[in-house]
Amino acid sequence: MAEIVIQGGTVIDGGGVRRADVRVSGALIAEVGPNLSVGKGVTVLDAGGCLVAPGLVDLHTHLREPGREEAETVDSGTRAAALGGYTAVVAMPNTEPAIDNAGIAREVLDLGRGAVAEVAVAGAITVRREGERLAPMAELADLGVHLFTDDGSGVQDGALMRRALDYAKGLGVTLAQHCEDDALAAGGAMHEGAWSSRLGIPGVPAAAEEAMVARDIALVRLTGAPVHFLHLSTAGSVELVRRAKAEGLAVTAEAAPHHFALTDAEVAGYDPIFKVNPPLRTGADVEAVKVGLCDGTIDAIATDHAPHTPETKDVPFDEAPPGMLGLETALSVAFSELVAPTGDGSSGRLSAERVLGLFSWQPATIAALGPTDARGGGHSAQGGPVAPGGAANLLVFDPEASWQVDRAGLASRSHNTPYAGRTLRGRVRHTVLRGEPVVIDAEAQR
Amino acid sequence: MSAEPADAPPAAEPRVGIGRHLLSVADLGREGIAEVLRVAEAFAEVERRAIPKVPTLRGRAVATVFFEESTRTRLSFETAAKRLSADVLSFGVSNSSVKKGESLRDTVETIEAMGIDALIVRHPSSGAPHQVARWAERARVINAGDGWHEHPTQALLDCFTVRQVLAERFGADPEGIGCFDGLRVLLVGDIRHSRVARSEILAYSALGATVTLAAPRTLLPPSLEGWPVRVADDFDTALAEADVVSLLRLQAERGSGEFVPSLREYTTHWGLTTRRVGLLSERAIVTHPGPMVRGVEISGDVADLPLTVATRQVTNGVAVRMAVLFLLLGAGGGLEADAPVEELQAAHG
Repeated sequence: MAEIVIQGGTVIDGGGVRRADVRVSGALIAEVGPNLSVGKGVTVLDAGGCLVAPGLVDLHTHLREPGREEAETVDSGTRAAALGGYTAVVAMPNTEPAIDNAGIAREVLDLGRGAVAEVAVAGAITVRREGERLAPMAELADLGVHLFTDDGSGVQDGALMRRALDYAKGLGVTLAQHCEDDALAAGGAMHEGAWSSRLGIPGVPAAAEEAMVARDIALVRLTGAPVHFLHLSTAGSVELVRRAKAEGLAVTAEAAPHHFALTDAEVAGYDPIFKVNPPLRTGADVEAVKVGLCDGTIDAIATDHAPHTPETKDVPFDEAPPGMLGLETALSVAFSELVAPTGDGSSGRLSAERVLGLFSWQPATIAALGPTDARGGGHSAQGGPVAPGGAANLLVFDPEASWQVDRAGLASRSHNTPYAGRTLRGRVRHTVLRGEPVVIDAEAQR
Repeated sequence: MSAEPADAPPAAEPRVGIGRHLLSVADLGREGIAEVLRVAEAFAEVERRAIPKVPTLRGRAVATVFFEESTRTRLSFETAAKRLSADVLSFGVSNSSVKKGESLRDTVETIEAMGIDALIVRHPSSGAPHQVARWAERARVINAGDGWHEHPTQALLDCFTVRQVLAERFGADPEGIGCFDGLRVLLVGDIRHSRVARSEILAYSALGATVTLAAPRTLLPPSLEGWPVRVADDFDTALAEADVVSLLRLQAERGSGEFVPSLREYTTHWGLTTRRVGLLSERAIVTHPGPMVRGVEISGDVADLPLTVATRQVTNGVAVRMAVLFLLLGAGGGLEADAPVEELQAAHG
């Protein structure tokens, strides 16, 4: 059985922080402790100065397959994920056709079987994501689908959403809402505010998101079924979720890196690379999202990795599709924005441990991919802990390495990263999937 | 009739470079606007000649690239270019490969590949000319109106017209920009969807005028943060205080009809009716970028009063656009003469 020793790092998981080596044997963690012996034929992964953590879990990845393979495939998207430190991604169902039935779900799960990151799928709440009648959720749940969403749009009809929640409650699955009131958002291409007014671009008011967050909180109160809020982007949404949690309601929430790293001022040059939905918001919203990440209102950082080909993005701003890449930059962006550099006790907002929790074990729990979950779909346990007997899904991250994002150097089939040319702090060094080093020294191994 | 030969260059040699492209009035700044107005004055003189044509841009080729219907702006630019002896190509979306699915970028690159020196772009999407400027390798780009964003040459010709009228009627300096100091400009109507409004606000305020907006709340932009304007509390009072009233059209094709309960109510509350004209000071000037919708934002008889200078705006459009073309392509912004232009810009901060 192939053996790996991850040597010289600091192990971080939900149980804390300690200096330790990690021995991996086959697909499992065999031993965790200081100064492990290295026998003959054992692969050593250097982790000097690095953090060794459970692999990351992305709750929000658009793999584009089937339907838009020119933008991304399961193969290219999972390679991007592995390079970003992810060992599992949840594929969003807004493919063409949508993942609204067992056949398509099975197809995507099969494509993910041999990939360099595990692929879980989210199912659609409604048929063709049209918001009119329920998708066969029980059939999808039988395949291990745990999250359901019409992502790309929200379920507009409150009565239908209520019915979906009632139904989901019986199945023990979670609905994830893309909160956007279509009527309020109609025609908008960026955040409505000072910048949209100046640039003459039709805006999407924060209220378009907040109205649906508020409605769904009321429906959680009514039905007792859980809701996961996708990509919260406004200060008002964060506050609504904070109060719902204080009330003890079954809500969880995620935020995307661009919603705490970038503001609507980026749109000033009319570059559609910065067009995303929900749109980049104001500095005050960015600050509120950061506070929400710090105080536990927001449970997970999820990429909303949304590849688009250059042809579709190189068009006038209001014609371009929304979305930006995220998998290969997310953890580095989070460290750059949220964690103090070593030796600087003042400027950091979160410890490395808290950030890794937001990226790994907390989303693993939301996606029901954790070690104690009854995982369907043939997935291994995600989110740690880094302990003997656990699945060897691991990430080695150098928090002090800095690197410049090169659009053409990304593994994604598309190049629509908003961080091109930026220098980010912290870089994924190795990624281990079920015992296989799929990324070594920031290079994909297959 | 002037004794001057018709092909003599205009009297104005540029003093200030105005940059590589004209995408926004903000690209010009106060000095740049003053320079355009000054050069336009010289070209207005050319226009009064028997043969209103100069050889300034002989050998240059400009293309009007319009993705939106337009009569006056397109004709005005093409007339301006022809009076400068430039070759003019006309590209309209209705008779182009765009209908066959060609992207804006490919269209622009194709036109530029024909050796075009300037692209005069109108597009329904805000910011499209900015993108065209990024894609163009050597051609100058002039924004002839983009979405709700800007229409720089319209604002420039409005300023030019206002100065001309102030000079004629009240003896203001026809060359300088002193007449704009403290001038009270009132913009009325659909500010939200108006590219003319955004450019006028930048231009008038850069020149020292104070700008007030009067409109139903639904037709104001969602935010006025950072705008050098104030919103009128009362339309009638604002009219009485205005030196210049800029009327904007209700842009029904951009859906602004839904922003007011009815055109009748709009006219009653925000139209320049015969009654409201009586509130204006006798020195007031009324501008309108056209096309005018008589009976909605302006009543028919008011449109024909001498205080309304819409026709003069159209006339002046040619001279102002000649100035812009000259400054971007002629000696001032000569394609081979980037260095001197940059020096000039540096010298003028």
